[in-house]
Amino acid sequence: MFKNVYNWIDERLDVTPIWRDVADHEVPEHVNPAHHFSAFVYCFGGLTFFITVIQILSGMFLTMYYVPDIINAYASVEYLQSSVAFGQIVRGMHHWGASLVIVMMFLHTMRVFFTGSYKAPREMNWVVGMLIFFVMLGLGLTGYLLPWDNKAYFATKVTLEIANSVPVMGPVLKELMQGGTIVGAETLTRFFALHVFFLPAVLLSLLVGHFIMIRRQGISGPL
Amino acid sequence: MSSHNDQQDIWPEQPPSRKEMSRRQFLTYTLGGATAFMGAGTILPMVRFVVDPILHKKGAGDFIKVAEISKITEEPQEFTFELKQKDGWYDSTATLTAWIRKDAKGDIYALSPICKHLGCTVGWNNDKAHPDEYHCPCHGARYTKLGKNLEVAPKPLDQYKTKFDNGWVLLGDIVPNTVASEEA
Repeated sequence: MFKNVYNWIDERLDVTPIWRDVADHEVPEHVNPAHHFSAFVYCFGGLTFFITVIQILSGMFLTMYYVPDIINAYASVEYLQSSVAFGQIVRGMHHWGASLVIVMMFLHTMRVFFTGSYKAPREMNWVVGMLIFFVMLGLGLTGYLLPWDNKAYFATKVTLEIANSVPVMGPVLKELMQGGTIVGAETLTRFFALHVFFLPAVLLSLLVGHFIMIRRQGISGPL
Repeated sequence: MSSHNDQQDIWPEQPPSRKEMSRRQFLTYTLGGATAFMGAGTILPMVRFVVDPILHKKGAGDFIKVAEISKITEEPQEFTFELKQKDGWYDSTATLTAWIRKDAKGDIYALSPICKHLGCTVGWNNDKAHPDEYHCPCHGARYTKLGKNLEVAPKPLDQYKTKFDNGWVLLGDIVPNTVASEEA
């Protein structure tokens, strides 16, 4: 049944080469943990992506209950945590995953650094990786404010003070980020928009570039 | 083949007599201009939309009755007061804090407790190792009685604009410190 459906579509759209090209490729022996267990260090990039997918999914579901409004944000988070079935789990995935994605990304960066995989011809992919790193930090920063509790509020105040200390641009940058003269209603909506639309869009396009470059250039050789 | 080469050789000596715009160039300019116009028409409203908050005029704040002059001592005291503020579509009241004291000459000034390092809240005399100083619990910034920065913080504590009326101290906008420099 499933095969018939697949064949029917494949005859018309020729999809087999598309997924073959994405999924069907050799993994060299030196990066396969089945051959050398120490090769598990090559899994960190994939794990980062795996957690990123979890973040996107759990985040999509969180927005079904969350409201980015200074009066209701905290109440909506508390409601989805305490009254919605599995709310604690879904928010927990997003909360802990946010830290884990940074950890995995850091380990991945370390692996790339110590295996020298950033060297020619892969320099551009290192740069794109760094951009992904900053976008991830941006996602962490903007997501941190959204529960609108005391910790979120004051952490954001301090972060905006850091932005404020940038030479020349500082004060404008801070006011642009906080959407006014105080951390308030407009800061929350701004951070929400950045967190769920702008930064994920940037992140996904950078990831596409990252992955295309890996396929073009292949995995770097053994040490 | 040779005739083609000949043409290439004589080309510089016979420039085209007319300097009119070619049909292709005209189309390129027209299409480019139309694309730029449509692109700008799409992007500009969004840019103006996103920078709107920083272009709002900031009116000077009102002065608010905070403390009775007779209660001000040489030891800094903490006073809280409420300020009406517009936060987007919300009208709210912010609770602000000021540390007010008078110096030996009797001049009254009010310091803002917002640390000039990274914006935490400082307290007076709250660090046993450094008595009679303002101390920030976040990163250990310290200030003198006049708000002069001793450690960590790059600038002295800000001051509130002050007014005196009918025995009351009124506080206004937060401005850079002017008293700390008096300290030798």
